Order: sequence, then C-alpha cells, then structure tokens
Amino acid sequence: MAWPAAVQAVVRALLLLLPVLMLVPGLIWWERRLLSWMQDRIGPNRVGPFGLLQPIADGVKLFMKEDITPSAVDRAIYFIAPAVALFPAFAIGGTMPWGPNRWLTPVADVNIGVLYILAISSLGVYGIVLGGYAANNKYSLMGGLRSSAQLISYELAMGMSLACIVLATGSLKMTDMVAAQEGPLWGVVPVIQNWFLFTPYGAISFVIFVICMIAETNRAPFDLPEAENELIAGYHTEYSSMKFAVFFMGEYAAMMLFGGILSCVFLGGHNFVPINWDGLAHSAPALSWVAGVFGNLNYYLAPIWFLGKCAGVITFYIWLRATLPRLRYDQLMNLGWKTLLPLATANFVVVALWILATRLMSESQGQTMGSILGFVAAIIAGSIIYLLWKAIFLSRKGDLLQPRDIDMVKPAVEARTVEMVDPNAGVA
Amino acid sequence: MGAQILGVTLTPNLMVFGGLATLSALCAVGVVAFPNAVRSALCLVVNFFLLAFVYFTLNAEMMGITQIVVYTGAIMVLFLFVIMLLNLGAPQALKEKLDFKTPLGLLLGVALFGLVGSQLLPTFVGVTQVQTTGALEAFGSPQAVGRSLFSDYVVPFEAVSILLLVGIVGSILLAKRKI
Repeated sequence: MAWPAAVQAVVRALLLLLPVLMLVPGLIWWERRLLSWMQDRIGPNRVGPFGLLQPIADGVKLFMKEDITPSAVDRAIYFIAPAVALFPAFAIGGTMPWGPNRWLTPVADVNIGVLYILAISSLGVYGIVLGGYAANNKYSLMGGLRSSAQLISYELAMGMSLACIVLATGSLKMTDMVAAQEGPLWGVVPVIQNWFLFTPYGAISFVIFVICMIAETNRAPFDLPEAENELIAGYHTEYSSMKFAVFFMGEYAAMMLFGGILSCVFLGGHNFVPINWDGLAHSAPALSWVAGVFGNLNYYLAPIWFLGKCAGVITFYIWLRATLPRLRYDQLMNLGWKTLLPLATANFVVVALWILATRLMSESQGQTMGSILGFVAAIIAGSIIYLLWKAIFLSRKGDLLQPRDIDMVKPAVEARTVEMVDPNAGVA
Repeated sequence: MGAQILGVTLTPNLMVFGGLATLSALCAVGVVAFPNAVRSALCLVVNFFLLAFVYFTLNAEMMGITQIVVYTGAIMVLFLFVIMLLNLGAPQALKEKLDFKTPLGLLLGVALFGLVGSQLLPTFVGVTQVQTTGALEAFGSPQAVGRSLFSDYVVPFEAVSILLLVGIVGSILLAKRKI
C-alpha cells in the first residue's frame, strides 16, 4: 500500500463525499414517500417505479428554472451563502469512520475528532445567517436571526453531551469511540457490546444529542428558521433555482452525516448488532461457527450496517416531522438553555462518578461489583440532581413554560361597521 | 531541491504557510478596509479560520480547532448577530469625513509596525531555511494540553473559569432587572 499520501487522502475524501452526494436524492424520495404514507397521502408515485426517479426529475427541473437574483440583494454575499452552507454539511464527516478498515476511512483520524465535529457544525450557521442577511428581506433576516440564536443555544448542550462520551472513552478520536463500544457491556457481559446507548449516562446523552442534532440541522420540530406560516420560507425565501437546491442539498447532507455521527458515538458505529461475536464464540463454543460467520459478515459488510443505521436515523427524522408540531420560539430557547444544558452538565457529573466507581471497585472487588457500584452511584447522583431540579422548579411560581398572554380579538365587541360607498353614485 | 526565492528554498511547507499567511493578512486588511460592517465581520471570520489552519500546520490541532470553535463558531456568530440586529444602513452612511484622524491613525499604525518589525525582523536576517526542530510531535495534542492545564496551571485555569463565571452572572444581572 505504498500509495502517495495525497492520493490516499483524495480516495478517502471521495469515498465519503460520493456516497453522500449520491444518496441525497434517494433521501429526498424516501422523505416524501414516507411522509406521505404517514399523512395518509400517496406522494410522488408517477416518475419511475414507486416514484423513484422523482428526485432526478426535480433536479433537472431545478437546473432548468430561471435563476432570479432580486435587485436589492447584497450580491457577493448572496452568491457565496449557498456555498458556505454546503461546506460544513460535507466537511462534518471528516473524522467519521464508516468501516473498520483504517486505510480507507475516516478521511482523517485526527486526535481531535469530536472537537472537529463541533467546530464544523458551528460553522453551519454562517450559510443561513448570510443567506438571510444578503437577501435584504425581512422574513429572510428573521430566519437568519432565529437560526443563529438556535444554533448557539443547542451547540452547548450538544458539546456537553458529547463530552460525557469523551470522558467515558478517554479519547476524542471517533475511531477510539467505536472501539470502546466493541468492549463487553458495562465491562461485565462479554457477549454484548458496550454501545453507549445501553449505559445509563449514554442513554441520557443520546437523548440530548438527538434533540440538539435535530435543532442543528433545522429540522422539524425545530425548523423555526424556515417556518413557512410565519416567514414564508425563512432564510432562502429569495433564492431560486440551483442556489435554492444547494441549500436544500446541504440540509439533507447534514442530516445524513449527523445520522452517521450519532451511529458512531452512541450506536456502535459500523457494527451490525450489539453482539460481540468473538465473546460469543469464547463463552459458547458450540455456537462458534455461527459467531465466525456473523463476525465476518459484521467485518466485511461494515459500510452497509453503517448506512443502515444512518437510514434509520433519517427515518426517525421524518417520523418526527410527521408527528410533532413546531415549537414556539420561547419554548425552543427554554428547552435549550433551561432543560438540555443543565441536564447535560449534570450527566457529566454522573459519568465521572460512574468511571470513578467502576475503576475503584474493579481494582479491589472485580468487574461485576464495579459495575454494580457504578449503577448505584449513577442512580444516587441522578436522584440527587432530580430532587435539586424539583426544588428549583418548586421555588418558582408557576411553570417555566408559561403560556403567553395573547390579546384575542373579540369580534362581537370590536367589530367595525363599514359603510359601503358606491363609487359610481354621483356619475350618472 | 525546488525553486529558490531570495535565497530561500521553496518547500511545500513554506508554500502552504505563504498561501495561508498571505490570505489571512489580506483578510485582516479587509476587516478595516470594508465600509460594510457585515463584510468586515466576514473577513474576520475568514481570518480566524485561516489562522486555525496555520496552527494545524504547526502540529497544534487542539489549538487550531479551539480557535474555530471559540472564535469562528461562537464569537463571530454573535458579532454577526449583533450587526444584523442593529441593521446598519447603506455603506454610504458609514463614510466618515476625511479629517486629521485618518492620517494620524495611519502614522501611528506605521510607527507600531516599525517598532514591532525592528524587534522581530533582525532575527530573520540571513535565514534561508525553515527550522523544523523544537516542538515535539505530541506538543499540541489534547492529552498534553489537558495534562498541563490540570497539573501545572490548575490555579490560573480555575481562576480564569471563576472570572468568566463572574462575568456571566454580572452580565445577566445587568441585562435582566427581574430574575
């Protein structure tokens, strides 16, 4: 494998970019069909079998459409905004391993893997903010402002939830995180893999990360930047043709790569099911041939399992969009700052206790006692935090999510009488 | 090997650094040169972003990525947010009248540049090669940074965090009368 490093880097980058580029149309098709099914509609079913060629037809249409540039826009920024929006959506997958072969993936296995993801995802706001500003349109500007406020709020909770996993793994590398999840569950059960979703702290981190991920990608129910009943189309109101398509593609690529990150950090990366095949072969020698077959399948078809997990996450996205109504702006901010961030910070303490308990106990009493103590510590810490939380809530008057006062118009009282004037009255 | 400019061998490292440094210097000039506040802010964003890459080339990935997270990702987003909220008018509105401030500012700028340059540049006279000794391989790694932050510099580190906390509480107190 004595290829020049540059060639190797290009191959790796292409192996990340091309699948994402090719799968985005399929993703749009899947969203439209699934959403239709959930909403009791039919959806696009005319172009090709099951409407599979619909995204291609849409793409051709978008290319052919007239590219209108409104006269009042800030031209330079208006033109670069879609590109700026697309860049982080693709770059975010740079440290994400989608298979066990370290020669092919990830693009760069740097020692700052998770920080890189946070950094790049924080750049995602620029495309939206610039698009909103450059359009010189009040709705666009509102969309851009909402988006920047939303992204800043949810980035923090996302960083904290990832920090919990970093603490548990002891490394910032994504590959180390996947490797850590291949170990025995809680350090005790050798047959099952230690996916972070199955650990008490990981489950909480998982929920926080999923919520933040949806907010970061501006998807329902956090799609306030493009709330169509309030802001027309938000930041991309003034964009048409291919420039709009680039925004659209960026959103879907980001959805998919965030799905990949979720799979890597919490769902065991490229492993098929949370079963440790080597461990199974060791503990049940009668099943060793099954374990061997599945172990090989697990290893050689890794990208398929990984993509399958991404597809699952995307289905979840679509399901949420079909299920949940959009949040109100103050609810969104309260959820981010007053619920998710404290919860993620508290979870950080729980992880630390878990690690301390398991390490201390494992040294003297063995792994099993260590894990039991870890669970006890996590439960105690969790209940203390919950009680504190309750105390803070009770010390306030009323709920945090207060219903807003809206002055309802009373038609009976405020009805105006309009006198109809006939414009032609005096003519004849 | 390679071409020579002013007696300095042109290595790939030097070319990468030259490109990044030139671009970031241009962006820094753009920050003060653009009359439009949003474009100035954008130039600063690009400048910070390119500086991060300079750190990457120096094996300080942690430093570079922190630069992106903190400056490009958080502080500049807030800057843009504020600029957009203020919604400054047309670029013409920002044009100032030419008075003694501009030449004086230029003069002081040149003086500062000369002062810094006179201290820095003599070191580089006669240097024809990039020195690649010095920093260790793991110098800028998260492990090394974390270890020194939490062992040698733990008191300053905690003091800074308390300072920041005080700042946050103070700003909330100032901004919000009723808590």
